[in-house]
Amino acid sequence: MKFGDVAELLQGEALFETDTNGVIIDHAYAADLLSDVLALTDEQTTLITGTISPQVIRVAEILNVIAIVFVRGKRPAQDIIDYARRLGIPMLATRKTMFETCGLLYASGVRPCKNRSALDA
Amino acid sequence: MSTELIYDVHAGDVQQGGSASAALKSELRKMGICEEDARRVGIIAFEAEMNLILYSTNGGTLKAKVRPEAIDITIEDTGPGIDDIDLAMTPGYSTAPEWALNLGFGAGMGLVNMHRNSDWFEIHSHIGKGTLIRCRVDRRKNDETD
Repeated sequence: MKFGDVAELLQGEALFETDTNGVIIDHAYAADLLSDVLALTDEQTTLITGTISPQVIRVAEILNVIAIVFVRGKRPAQDIIDYARRLGIPMLATRKTMFETCGLLYASGVRPCKNRSALDA
Repeated sequence: MSTELIYDVHAGDVQQGGSASAALKSELRKMGICEEDARRVGIIAFEAEMNLILYSTNGGTLKAKVRPEAIDITIEDTGPGIDDIDLAMTPGYSTAPEWALNLGFGAGMGLVNMHRNSDWFEIHSHIGKGTLIRCRVDRRKNDETD
């Protein structure tokens, strides 16, 4: 799915304007615990989260995240948004819950990124 | 020939948490280290940096020595030290306070994740003296400098 289609599906708002033509969202990982995102994802992915701490964008930078979807109406501070703009990581905010967001994306063909469970860590 | 990158990490400096690791990863990419290796080093550094911020008494240092065949990462602090290393290395075990969980940390995966992303890993800790962690990430053949 294109980033713009995801924004429309989730009735979300892109947090800054950027060229997202090349941004394809076909895999995702959803978690509020950034520790889990760091430990349990095994490939480049789109991140779905309700965590808006400054560490979100730094984790995204280290993992080369494709895009970030903030759920439950959460919106990061402007300096985090500015940092993401500089890195070229598009951000989207939706009022939908993480459950709804994942369900809608899955129903549209988005699949889990390659990952492991904590039992296999 | 090698290059050493050194970052000071301050205890409790949550706002800056992860910035040293992000800077390190960016620097490695500029040096031509491939994305996969830079990612592994970045993950190790990030977990270590957050541990220093969340748990250390006086902060500590994060060092990365870039050699042609590997990247050596050293993390050192002066306390409080880890009482039971085996327990701390258990996936899911955490002593993180509530405020750390609100930041998205404290899942009890930090040391495990550092170990998993290393080709070689060792940890030494003494209560009241501090903790020393040394990791090595072997460089892949597809580095952009090769």
